[in-house]
Amino acid sequence: MAKAALMTALNLGAFALFGTALLAFIYNQTHVRIARSVEEEKLKLISQILPGNLYDNDIIRNTKEIAPDPLLGNEGNTTVYRATLKGRPSVAVLEAVAPDGYSGKIYMLIAIRENGEIAGVRVVSHKETPGLGDYIDIAKSDWIRGFDGKSTAQYNDQDWKVRKDGGKFDYMAGATITPRAVVKAVHKALQYFALHRDQLFAGEIR
Amino acid sequence: MSYQEFKDIFYNGVWKQNTGVVQLLGMCPILAVSTSVVNGVSLGLATTIVMALSNASVALIRQLVPNEARIPVFILIIAVLVTAIQYLMNAYLYSLYVVLGIFIPLIVTNCIVLARVEAFAAKNPASQSAFDGMAMGLGLTAVLAVLGGLREIMGHGTLLSGIDLAFGPSAKSLVITVLPDYHGFLLAILPPGAFITLGCLIAGKNWLNQRAESRQARVEPVASAA
Repeated sequence: MAKAALMTALNLGAFALFGTALLAFIYNQTHVRIARSVEEEKLKLISQILPGNLYDNDIIRNTKEIAPDPLLGNEGNTTVYRATLKGRPSVAVLEAVAPDGYSGKIYMLIAIRENGEIAGVRVVSHKETPGLGDYIDIAKSDWIRGFDGKSTAQYNDQDWKVRKDGGKFDYMAGATITPRAVVKAVHKALQYFALHRDQLFAGEIR
Repeated sequence: MSYQEFKDIFYNGVWKQNTGVVQLLGMCPILAVSTSVVNGVSLGLATTIVMALSNASVALIRQLVPNEARIPVFILIIAVLVTAIQYLMNAYLYSLYVVLGIFIPLIVTNCIVLARVEAFAAKNPASQSAFDGMAMGLGLTAVLAVLGGLREIMGHGTLLSGIDLAFGPSAKSLVITVLPDYHGFLLAILPPGAFITLGCLIAGKNWLNQRAESRQARVEPVASAA
């Protein structure tokens, strides 16, 4: 009896080992390509939220690592992409995370102009309900463009909410949690920008 | 394996034992994802691939697995296959991965995959098992397409919205506006809409079955008399 149990355990262990080895192999073969795909997708998004007349530098190379901050919702270091026009800082593109989406974290890129106005926001990845909460994605709807040109100077703290909560941002009936999380995260990113503006643009500009 | 055997497996998977409207297994992804035709068919096809592969792999190794350890081993195989497919799609079919990404891990939790592995692949040779997985998957895809289509028309008044995500921006012209100036019917998109629509589909399937039976009952006496 004990022997049979042992054989079963060994058998199960062998399958687990084989499965893990197979996955490790496939991961090894693909992770570089996956990272590249994600990077390409990010650059595509950056070029969407950065109007071409706002920068003339090589934005992909002009980056800076910043430490995690509760206002950005990130856990590790993230990259800031810095745009300049005629040698003067024009736009900073921040990576921010909305931790309180309906189904997990919502990863975003937020482009903020030097004067604190939003140049554009895009959702990089999310797990919101298909057909319901996914209208934050530019592929599904133009909702995210509603942030363009907004700033903390224009809207006060109370305005940075969805209309249902007394703010100024639209939402779609049936999915309030998702836009609420996004609006909150964008607002916090603006606050971060206001506090760290000089630091973000400091250093060598290429 | 004979032609008749293939035909039986196919008929069984697509109609007689249809996952979506007869076996009622794997309801969670069916109800969650069937908000539009494109979503439904995409998940259906991804599930079909996983079912064919997992059935084939289990059929190949079934003699190596002790009976009492078979369920964990089967789940392990399914999870490895799904994760491998997820990695490969992420690396080589990135644009499709962006569309389907959230649905792929859901396939592991779809109990129909394990059900077919346990009920069919554990007792049959590899080619029959792979074919059974495919037939079951196609039956599921058909239900997801109809369910997604009905919910999309009722909820948004369109058909095939989001097809540009799978086939590029040029496919955007394929989107059909069935009901112009439609303001949407939220219930159809929310989970209750999925339950209600699926209930109607099951009723429809049962009605067709009964009609076929009663017709057969009427025809048979004549045939025996002749």
